[in-house]
Amino acid sequence: MDLTLKVWRQKDAQSTGRIETYQVSGIIPDMSFLEMLDVTNERLIEEGKEPIAFDHDCREGICGMCSLVINGKAHGGFSGTTTCQLHMRKFNDGDTITVEPWRASAFPVLRDLVVDRTSFDRIIQAGGFISANTGGAPDGNAVPIPKPDADAAMDAAACIGCGACAASCPNGSAMLFVAAKVSHLAHLPQGLPERGQRVLDMVAKMDEEGFGNCTNHAECEAMCPKDISISHIAKMNREFIRATVRGD
Amino acid sequence: MDTNGSLNGNVPDGPLAEKWDNHRFNMKLVNPANRRRYKVIVVGSGLAGGGAAATLGELGYNVDCFCYQDSPRRAHSIAAQGGINAAKNYQNDGDSTYRLFYDTIKGGDFRSRESNVYRLAQVSANIIDQCVAMGVPFAREYGGQLANRSFGGAQVSRTFYARGQTGQQLLLGVYAALSRQVAAGTVKMHSRTEMLEIVLVDGQAKGVITRNLVTGEIETHAADVVIMATGGYGPVFYLSTNAMGNNVTASIRAYMKGAYFANPCYTQIHPTCIPVSGDHQSKLTLMSESLRNDGRIWVPTKEGDPRGPAEIPEDERDYYLERMYPSFGNLAPRDIASRAAKRACDEGRGVGDTGLGVYLDFTDAIKRLSLPVVQQRYGNLFDMYEKITGENAYQVPMRIYPAIHYTMGGLWVDYNLMSNIPGLFVLGESNFSDHGANRLGASALMQGLADGYFVAPYTVGNYLANQTPGDYSAESSEFTQAAQDVKDRIHRVLSIDGKRTVTSFHRELGMICWDYCGMARTDQSLTKALDLIPALKEEFWENVSVPGGGDELNPELEKALRVADFLEFAELMCYDALVRKESCGGHFREEYQTQEGEALRDDENFSHVSAWEAPRNGGRPVLHKENLEFEEVEFSVRSYK
Ligand SMILES: Cc1cc2nc3c(=O)[nH]c(=O)nc-3n(C[C@H](O)[C@H](O)[C@H](O)COP(=O)(O)OP(=O)(O)OC[C@H]3O[C@@H](n4cnc5c(N)ncnc54)[C@H](O)[C@@H]3O)c2cc1C
Ligand code: SF4
Ligand code: FES
Repeated sequence: MDLTLKVWRQKDAQSTGRIETYQVSGIIPDMSFLEMLDVTNERLIEEGKEPIAFDHDCREGICGMCSLVINGKAHGGFSGTTTCQLHMRKFNDGDTITVEPWRASAFPVLRDLVVDRTSFDRIIQAGGFISANTGGAPDGNAVPIPKPDADAAMDAAACIGCGACAASCPNGSAMLFVAAKVSHLAHLPQGLPERGQRVLDMVAKMDEEGFGNCTNHAECEAMCPKDISISHIAKMNREFIRATVRGD
Repeated sequence: MDTNGSLNGNVPDGPLAEKWDNHRFNMKLVNPANRRRYKVIVVGSGLAGGGAAATLGELGYNVDCFCYQDSPRRAHSIAAQGGINAAKNYQNDGDSTYRLFYDTIKGGDFRSRESNVYRLAQVSANIIDQCVAMGVPFAREYGGQLANRSFGGAQVSRTFYARGQTGQQLLLGVYAALSRQVAAGTVKMHSRTEMLEIVLVDGQAKGVITRNLVTGEIETHAADVVIMATGGYGPVFYLSTNAMGNNVTASIRAYMKGAYFANPCYTQIHPTCIPVSGDHQSKLTLMSESLRNDGRIWVPTKEGDPRGPAEIPEDERDYYLERMYPSFGNLAPRDIASRAAKRACDEGRGVGDTGLGVYLDFTDAIKRLSLPVVQQRYGNLFDMYEKITGENAYQVPMRIYPAIHYTMGGLWVDYNLMSNIPGLFVLGESNFSDHGANRLGASALMQGLADGYFVAPYTVGNYLANQTPGDYSAESSEFTQAAQDVKDRIHRVLSIDGKRTVTSFHRELGMICWDYCGMARTDQSLTKALDLIPALKEEFWENVSVPGGGDELNPELEKALRVADFLEFAELMCYDALVRKESCGGHFREEYQTQEGEALRDDENFSHVSAWEAPRNGGRPVLHKENLEFEEVEFSVRSYK
């Protein structure tokens, strides 16, 4: 396959960026999208040019490190697929593909396609945990957890923290990410003692980090590579109201 | 350190089952009010490093934790799919601490230290309890009890899991605990920061030199103790199931400063990975071993059979694992299953375009269990397979082939998980400790959390109790010299300005290792590798092309430094494989096999850990042996028939 790539290039956080165009040939359908970028980079290096910087690590859809807005859609917009799992058989010979970094004010660009997502870490630090020190935990079967609750918790816990939700939201809101964590812990008996404070602190942190408000566009759910449902946002809103009413 | 010619593992006295309890009682404690005066460096935020950092933070130590990814939540522990073992015996199927211990020793082909393995089995049950308390959503039965599955190399059902994302859920538990400590101010997290050197002062580990991967700044960090938990070195083979960034840098840097590297040739090849599709391939994807619970592995009986799987009748299929190992069948341990697949392909019976693949077939499972049940159990794995290959494995059998997956070798540590360098502790996959020559499925997650949550917090405390806090200075000459060495190394690699890309060197190194030090090794192949690797290393330092500069975000530079260290390490790995003239676990020397083609151990001459010291003035590394003494179990030939 021969392709035209239009790629966002930006030297560092301070510089302004621009789109550059590259012709790449000899791409085969079995390559992953990132392998296509690898091939492009090898050629750029051989031509004495600077390769395109992008984030990636596991290349199997679980670490959440890869990003990329492909043809205007986070992770390319294919259902349940991260950028690293996307394969070139989804494209056609002669296609023009634009590749840009995550766009959200809380994710500043560090270089080319690499952005800073430490705001997500700080939201988790604000309350996305259960305060149980190592040691002294009761037997794992001491508190039975009904299977539907365990399954619902797992559905939410599957979030990989990639940031596609915030990057695809017109308001740059991180609601889906935050809701996934709140909902995961609120579905488990172990998470209940801190449920009120947790949701209040995490939501406050999200606002402080500069993420926008949720106005129910549902773009996040459509672009989420782990199919995290917006029903978790509803769950989080209930948790939030409960905590506010109780004065937690 | 050497006693009677044998390296001393500092194993406590007393009966096996009581060693850890006694040792815990005998270890010194640090007064809670004093703890924050001790600074602890933890390199790595996976299950082992993250677990240790969080727990030491909870105890009140002053911790600095490092990872090269943009967040600690992305350590490669996240990718583990299948599950984590624990001797809970919830299924009442005859499991016990002793059985898990015995299975692990046997699975490791009698090449691990009994006392460490026993401790691992002991604390396994605490791990599950701890994870549940922290909100890990393990799979549950309808009655609300924890669910289990069985896994390769075991006849009991002791594996706990969270769908096909067990590693993710365990790591997110660790990440949550770590985040809580960051908020509490006990842990300072340094993401996108790579350790490039360790600093010793008077022979003790006192700090590290790191590079900030965003700004390129070389930073100096001094502490009372250094803990490394930097994961496995699988990508020395270039293609593996590891993450792109997994590396041997931290370990090889410590080795160059005098830490012993143990059993580098013990590498594990996983039987169920998606086959290579072409030269562009950058990594290989594991299909969880749990698939072998219900899938049946086969190849055509005829060589070069051109027919598709559906056209091959039952009596022309060879379900070779079921045929050769009737009692374990498709659940035979990884090394055995991998070699059996290689043998079938070497005989010309491999499937797929490259002939390097075997079928993993769910047709019978779907008939027996129904499609929805198979979907419920393995749906995410089938989806993953389809994304990569474009094939629907409910309709056509999966194609799988072995790939490098895990590295049992690592820095040598004693019972306390301390290396031979005082003050340098090594945890998780980056040490050599518990899995001998082969690791059983679902045991690495267990070891990572055991080391991080339950072992290191005690043994590190014991070490610190004998140290005066703050007895170091980042301004001392040892630190400035180490930082200068790192800057020089970076400058050198950037100024070569050669013709070949870093990746082309990495790929070539990987091919050498896979072809000559992979699934089957011989004197001849290893000698050849030992010729090729130094030549490649020389070419690297003359002809590599690394664009960009040192004081910016530069992924090519990061790769170049890692590949340079892999080139150092590969030679050590092949040399270890050459001198271990026996077959055991993942180390298969063709010269040493039984009539049936099984690994042939030589207990008389090789029942030891090979701990390598870096050569002082060129030449070969120096061997230190730790003799393995088995008090509880008797040597036996591993049989899974
Ligand atoms: C695909 C896959 C599936 C697996 N499935 C299972 C399973 O089902 N069950 C099981 O028990 N085991 C499984 N394993 C093995 C298991 O996941 C690993 O052995 C284990 O998680 C390793 O944990 P760790 O903490 O030692 O290292 P990692 O989780 O790899 O963490 C290493 C850490 O070190 C950091 N680091 C590395 N080098 C540097 C450096 N130079 N400077 C700074 N930081 C550095 C990294 O950033 C990272 O934080 C699997 C492995 C893979 C690859
Ligand atoms: S909710 Fe989905 S899109 Fe958002 S961070 Fe999690 S996995 Fe990514
Ligand atoms: S690289 Fe890990 S999710 Fe894509």
